[in-house]
Amino acid sequence: MFTRSVAAASKHGAPVFAALGDETRLRIVARLSDQGPMSIVRLTEGESMTRQAITKHLAVLADAGLVRDVRRGRERLWALEPSPLAVARRYLDLVSERWDTALGRLAALVETDDE
Amino acid sequence: MTTTTDRIEKQIVLRATPARVWRALSDAREFGTWFGARFDDDFAPGKEARGKITYQGQELTILFVVERMEPERLLAFRWHPYAIDPAVDYSSEPMTLVELVLIAVPEGTRLTVTETGFDQIPIARRAKAFEMNAGGWAHQLENIARHVHA
Repeated sequence: MFTRSVAAASKHGAPVFAALGDETRLRIVARLSDQGPMSIVRLTEGESMTRQAITKHLAVLADAGLVRDVRRGRERLWALEPSPLAVARRYLDLVSERWDTALGRLAALVETDDE
Repeated sequence: MTTTTDRIEKQIVLRATPARVWRALSDAREFGTWFGARFDDDFAPGKEARGKITYQGQELTILFVVERMEPERLLAFRWHPYAIDPAVDYSSEPMTLVELVLIAVPEGTRLTVTETGFDQIPIARRAKAFEMNAGGWAHQLENIARHVHA
């Protein structure tokens, strides 16, 4: 009821929660967390997916500020990014959720009386 | 300068008249009931209003500096978002500006909330807010790893 009227009008890029709302992407984040930076070739090895598909998932994660690519010699590696930008974006997600909750209570308050 | 991490905007259409919504915004006690605080002071332009919130069993004081009140149109105030660490004196830190704008629509009232100024808040403070809320970034990633490995 509340969700019908709230536009998700957050102005930043792909929200972190949405980026993580996918089993493959969660697994990628978990593997980068456990094993450190790795190439797309290695990332693809553990998955039953094409390299192109994994690349798309990495792009979504990168857009949410969760991963970034780093050059090591001739290799391009993907790494987790707990960077200031990731923190800043994640912080906005928290603030945004807090407003969602509060506005839901406001709707309940003003829509149920004075009718 | 407005950056992608400086500002949030939320919109909701409320099935109530602007007059009713305005009461829920301008009356500090009503405001508190949905915002999650208990205010001791009334809201008045240019005045401070102090309220209490309960966070993890602790009672904390929050401070609003009310900037503008235009009946059935606009409420603007500044505050310290996520000022929930009792060990920290937030008074010297920048505040964010919250603007609640009301517009009458056929269904009732469209309320737009914007909060700006997050980039002025030290990044360490923003990280701390997250830490207090969800146990930290590293902890979050551990949870994800556990979830995936389970």
